[in-house]
Amino acid sequence: MSLSTLATAGGESFEAPAPADFWQPLIGDGAFALTRPMVLMALSFVIIAAVLLATTKRLSVVPANKKQFAVEALYGFVRNGVARDIIGSKEFLRYVPLLFTLFTLILVNNVFGVIPPIQYPTMSRIGFPIALTLVVFVLYHLIGMKRKGVGGYFKSLMPAGVPIFLVPVVYLLELFTYFISRPLTLAVRLFANMFAGHMLILVLFLGGEHLLLHGEGLLPAAGVVSYLFGLVMSFFELLIQVLQAYIFVLLTATYIAGSLADEH
Amino acid sequence: MPAWVMAAAAEEEGGFWEEAYPVLPHPGELIAGLVFLALLYLLVAKVVVPRLEKAFEERREAIQGGVEKAERAQAEANAALQQYKAQLADARGEANRLREEARQQGAAIIAEMREQAQAEAERITTSARATIEAERVQAAAQLRAEVGRLATDLASRIVGESLQEPARQSGVVDRFLAELETSEQGVTAR
Repeated sequence: MSLSTLATAGGESFEAPAPADFWQPLIGDGAFALTRPMVLMALSFVIIAAVLLATTKRLSVVPANKKQFAVEALYGFVRNGVARDIIGSKEFLRYVPLLFTLFTLILVNNVFGVIPPIQYPTMSRIGFPIALTLVVFVLYHLIGMKRKGVGGYFKSLMPAGVPIFLVPVVYLLELFTYFISRPLTLAVRLFANMFAGHMLILVLFLGGEHLLLHGEGLLPAAGVVSYLFGLVMSFFELLIQVLQAYIFVLLTATYIAGSLADEH
Repeated sequence: MPAWVMAAAAEEEGGFWEEAYPVLPHPGELIAGLVFLALLYLLVAKVVVPRLEKAFEERREAIQGGVEKAERAQAEANAALQQYKAQLADARGEANRLREEARQQGAAIIAEMREQAQAEAERITTSARATIEAERVQAAAQLRAEVGRLATDLASRIVGESLQEPARQSGVVDRFLAELETSEQGVTAR
């Protein structure tokens, strides 16, 4: 492993966390190596599937237990709070399964970042956000083309009421938005939040550990402070992890709604 | 295959992927992401969402049914209340009517009784008067006969011969008495 090193007061070298720490192959080392986040992705699938299947097996009209209530609340949040509110009550139901899948999958994989002994946010490996974004990207273009025809769809990208001499510029900007900036930001936002957040926690805990074990004078006390900060940041991360899952489905719903809308 | 994938595959140790930029997607992970997204989507779309939607629908119906039932019950209660009120008003009117009728009947009965009593009293008075008159007439007739007999007895005793039969036939006594009566009347009138 190549690790950046820096000297501390104790003379011991501190191995600062680096992007390379996120590369955790289990079998093989190549492009198709089995990596730890892949296993976590599979684990998240198993957990979500088990929980959803178990809690929805016998749904009673009056929620029988807290689990049923919790799953229904989560589903109701995505269904009503995101899909229905943004896509509109006429067509939202078709897209609820995808939005709910995305939300639960991202949520569980994000929260993995602070749950011992996993402590690895799957989405900090950009392959996963790109996979999710790819689906969303293809979907909202297909919906738009199906709704308005290919020509109509490309025509609908142009906002109405733009002065004629600005049309080429605005149209290029719109094309850029729809085909580059939207997927790019959707994937990178999720990836970068998870990557940076996890990196920050790593620095605080590993640095704190190093100060505590190898520091001189008052530095172990600083290590304790670092640990406390790490704890605080972990809770903050939990908030961000939930928020990012919400933002991802919110934007997905917005893009779908935009493709369904008659007006730009 | 892109060049970087080939390069990655070619390198066995020391790791292209370890050194790669974190924004470079690892193909295996990308595929894993797609696969598990697809699997979860199938599961959610085919099983979980239909179950939840069915439950939501049932709940909606149950709530709506409950609301409808409550509304129906309320309407029924209102109708019953109206009916009771109407009945109560009817009963009150009926009672008033009966009381009024009774009062009127009572008054009529009293008036009738009074009339009857008056008539009875009048009748009794009249009959008493008639009886008295009859008795008076009878008494007067008897008296007249008695007085006549006594007078003739006295007269026959005085004259010494029985003038009884001839005297009655001739109506002397009657005439005498009539004269007496008229003279008496003249005396009282005087």
